Amino acid sequence: MKAHRRNKLIAIIGGLLLLSGAVALILYALSSNINHFYPPTEVSQGKAPLNKTIRVGGLVAYNSVKRADDGLDVAFTVTDNQSSLQVQYEGILPDLFKEGQGVIAEGQLINKTQFKATKVLAKHDEKYMPPEVEQSLEKYGHPGKSKSTEY
Amino acid sequence: MANAWRWFHQLGSPKYLFQKTGQWLPWIWGATLILLAVGLYYSLWASPIEVRQGQGHTVRIMYVHVPAAALSMIGYIAMAIAATVGLVWKMKMAFAVVRSIAPVGAAMTFLALFTGSVWGKPTWGTWWEWDARMTSELLLLFLYLGYIALHASFSDRSKADKAGAILAIVGVINIPIIYFSVKWWNTLHQGYSITEKGALNPAFQTPLFLMLAGIYLLFAALVLMRLRAEIVLRNQKSRWVIEWASGKTLERGES
Repeated sequence: MKAHRRNKLIAIIGGLLLLSGAVALILYALSSNINHFYPPTEVSQGKAPLNKTIRVGGLVAYNSVKRADDGLDVAFTVTDNQSSLQVQYEGILPDLFKEGQGVIAEGQLINKTQFKATKVLAKHDEKYMPPEVEQSLEKYGHPGKSKSTEY
Repeated sequence: MANAWRWFHQLGSPKYLFQKTGQWLPWIWGATLILLAVGLYYSLWASPIEVRQGQGHTVRIMYVHVPAAALSMIGYIAMAIAATVGLVWKMKMAFAVVRSIAPVGAAMTFLALFTGSVWGKPTWGTWWEWDARMTSELLLLFLYLGYIALHASFSDRSKADKAGAILAIVGVINIPIIYFSVKWWNTLHQGYSITEKGALNPAFQTPLFLMLAGIYLLFAALVLMRLRAEIVLRNQKSRWVIEWASGKTLERGES
């Protein structure tokens, strides 16, 4: 490679590396804003602000969903299998909402264990399963289920 | 190595590149149509529904969404590599490649965002959230559109090529951010289904991989067609282009 071409290539790659470094620092500094939600563990550690609109996310704990007899009030527990958080919500839940399913709730923390949600979104995880597989898992034991019922 | 180097230099010749791409295109289109036909058959009929996703059929959106998103990123990387080759080796054809990829890449990015939104509404309960994956993919769309706008704003083509190339190279920083966003931050968007072992049931893999291969080739075919148009546009005063346009020698030489 000729010298002037090599120098140009070095300049491009060097420039790109410097710029990547700058972007990496910015993203690192902003990481708390980029994170879309707080998991319950971070909430219990006090990393999430009180009385400010935030999102929390985790799995809906098994046997935790309690619906009011009248109205749309619903309460459930969100867990990340380490800590958990009580969520109160009034409104329509997404179709995917189910015990054991991931959710993201937007609203405000009342304290470290209680959350008042104004919006609830379902979170789809990376697992994709056809119905037959789900049925055999139900039959022979769901690996996730036995684990989550401890909470 | 010497052969590869010679080939690299030959590709820098507009006439050679035009002839070669003309020979490749029918094969690429043929393979594209076969793969997409088989892929769509598997995607729409011969694959199961997903247990949790509403009526279950929404899972089929994935077979367009994932390949479109993959190509939106790969297309940008290809653009940045071609831009570097253009700047370092002063190869005009490399700039023509950059210019040819941009609209196709932008279309793929739009398709990924659109299909994601349509899937997100029934699955998540929202059309759009400002999470890291979606926001960075939207930024990618703006980078593609920005390149197109920047290139169009210069009346001098070689200036346009250079300015555009710099934008293409700088923007490539966004690609690892898109790809790793689901790993680095908590996002509404799910993590890796393909590389995570056991996450994607094999029943969904067949249609997905067929569609990935098909859309890869579709992308290549569209870029090469645009590239040929770009070559003609850039060399409209060359004798071989004038001869080709008047239907003489080249057409026969191609086949």
